[in-house]
Amino acid sequence: MTKPIDHASTVTRDEVEDFLYHEADLLDRWKLDDWLGLLTDDASYYVPPNDKPEGDHRFTLFTVADDIVRLRERIIRLKDPNCHAEFPPSRTRRMISNVRITGTEGDLILVSANFAIYRYRRNETVPRLFVGCYRHKFKLTDAGLKIHERRAILDAEELGAMGAVSFLL
Amino acid sequence: MLDKPTQNGRSNGSYDGKLVVEDLENLTFQVHRKVFVEPDILEQENRAIFDKCWIYVGHASEIRNPGDFRTRHVAGRPVIFCRDRQGNVRALFNVCRHRGAVVCREREGNTRQFYCIYHGWSYNTDGSIKGIPGDDAYPPNFNKKGMGLVPVPRLEHYKDFYFANLDPDAPDLHTYLAGAKDYIDLVVDQSPSGRMEIISGVQEYDMKANWKLLVENSVDDYHLVSTHATWLNYMRNSGVNVTPAKGHMLPTKGFGKDLGNGHLTTDNPNYRGRPVARWISVYGEDAKADIDAIRNELVERLGEARAARVADTNRNLCIFPNLVINDGSSVTVRNFTPVAPNLMKVTAWALGPVEETEAQRARRLHAFLTFYGPGGFATPDDVAALELAQQGYAAWREVPWTDLSRGMGNSQEQLATDEGHLRVFWRKWDSMMSGAPA
Ligand code: FES
Ligand SMILES: [Fe+2]
Repeated sequence: MTKPIDHASTVTRDEVEDFLYHEADLLDRWKLDDWLGLLTDDASYYVPPNDKPEGDHRFTLFTVADDIVRLRERIIRLKDPNCHAEFPPSRTRRMISNVRITGTEGDLILVSANFAIYRYRRNETVPRLFVGCYRHKFKLTDAGLKIHERRAILDAEELGAMGAVSFLL
Repeated sequence: MLDKPTQNGRSNGSYDGKLVVEDLENLTFQVHRKVFVEPDILEQENRAIFDKCWIYVGHASEIRNPGDFRTRHVAGRPVIFCRDRQGNVRALFNVCRHRGAVVCREREGNTRQFYCIYHGWSYNTDGSIKGIPGDDAYPPNFNKKGMGLVPVPRLEHYKDFYFANLDPDAPDLHTYLAGAKDYIDLVVDQSPSGRMEIISGVQEYDMKANWKLLVENSVDDYHLVSTHATWLNYMRNSGVNVTPAKGHMLPTKGFGKDLGNGHLTTDNPNYRGRPVARWISVYGEDAKADIDAIRNELVERLGEARAARVADTNRNLCIFPNLVINDGSSVTVRNFTPVAPNLMKVTAWALGPVEETEAQRARRLHAFLTFYGPGGFATPDDVAALELAQQGYAAWREVPWTDLSRGMGNSQEQLATDEGHLRVFWRKWDSMMSGAPA
């Protein structure tokens, strides 16, 4: 599947930006199965705890630390009307900026970006705001760019008024 | 027997100002929803409950070395929880003796002193005063030595769980904990050396709901099937048998228990897996041998019966008023503090045996996140349920009564899906709020 080439040089920031905007659009429109299609078969998704943003999920209690198996289950849950925390689904709007290719790690391309996600819920007029940065690892496959590791690091000192992180950051 | 009359005694259900109404003839137990919305009630709770009870501060493992500190809030007061340079555990009000600024501003760290940035007063880690800039300006009788950080009136621990009490005359912690001690023991017995530790990484989040709703929710197994339908589905998809036992709502028949002094617990035969030590398919085939080894160590150390008690039961323990230790899919220590009638701050940690290998620790944390926490598969739906309840209380004047009568009249045993253990909390709450002895 993977091309053993020097991909960082073959992928441009434009392509990465397009990818991230497309991803954000899918998530905002709750096209979650399509979103899963952007991931590799061994992808993982992390939200570190606010007090240990640089922590390792094997020794540190994270907010989210999904391997692909649990991530697929999370999508099943999010699409279920019995996912009460997200029913009716939150309306979200994601702003992605400061996109950079920061390096490589083996055949992985390291990408960082900033995000601000406005989350509106039924019965709440004031949005809950999630601000932070992404640290992603991309893989260039025959089917194009895929996310191998997805890490959303929140800036706030605590989750506080953000409450539960029941949707995908 | 869980159901004994409250101080308020019997009632025919008509509202005569009582907030908790128990009718033992008609077997009803009702709580007036005013208790979830009225600022006066919260004020009274702060004085009659939070200022009188043992409130959780932290765990000894969080301040292992001399000079280690954590800043916390205890019953709303800023507190430094630290180990002084001599190795003694302290809880000091994090308030400068000069003009009252919060002294230590970091979340955690290791230090030789606490330094107030306002005018530069400094304190040793045992709280004693270290330095006062320009102290020659003070009158001759100024008692510099007496200007140390003020310790909380009482600080005691049970098996490394430290609690503070703002009431100097409170009974000692061990007496206060009553039957809850046995259930803390069951948690601590998971460690071969009896030493558990708080794992790095804290979950701090708000719920737009009254704090008492989280007491109820933490031990309420009645809500599991409806609130946590997607979690049950996830377990089912993963090959875990979650079919209800015959005649029961849940896969196993569990109980709700009164532990005295307002403390309560569920006590359920496990079906959902336990890092110590019950394998489920979610852990993966390669974890089987390791879980067996953990279990064998338990049997060797504790004997077959006690090992089964530790390894094969899940217990959600509530220590009155606001500490919950859930020993289920993993172990979580969680406390919560009201900031308004309709808002609480929740702080939750993971707890594990200090001896755990890397693989065991990773498994424990993975198991934690399948259920617990703001990103888990269950807790967010609890938050949703509690916030919906709080929204419903906007009509408290018109729809005033909450019903908690499940299982009333069963004097022998209360199921975890009954509400007998919830009534234990409410009776204690009621007696403290009306100033009656517990
Ligand atoms: S308030 Fe702390 S030194 Fe003045
Ligand atoms: Fe729940």
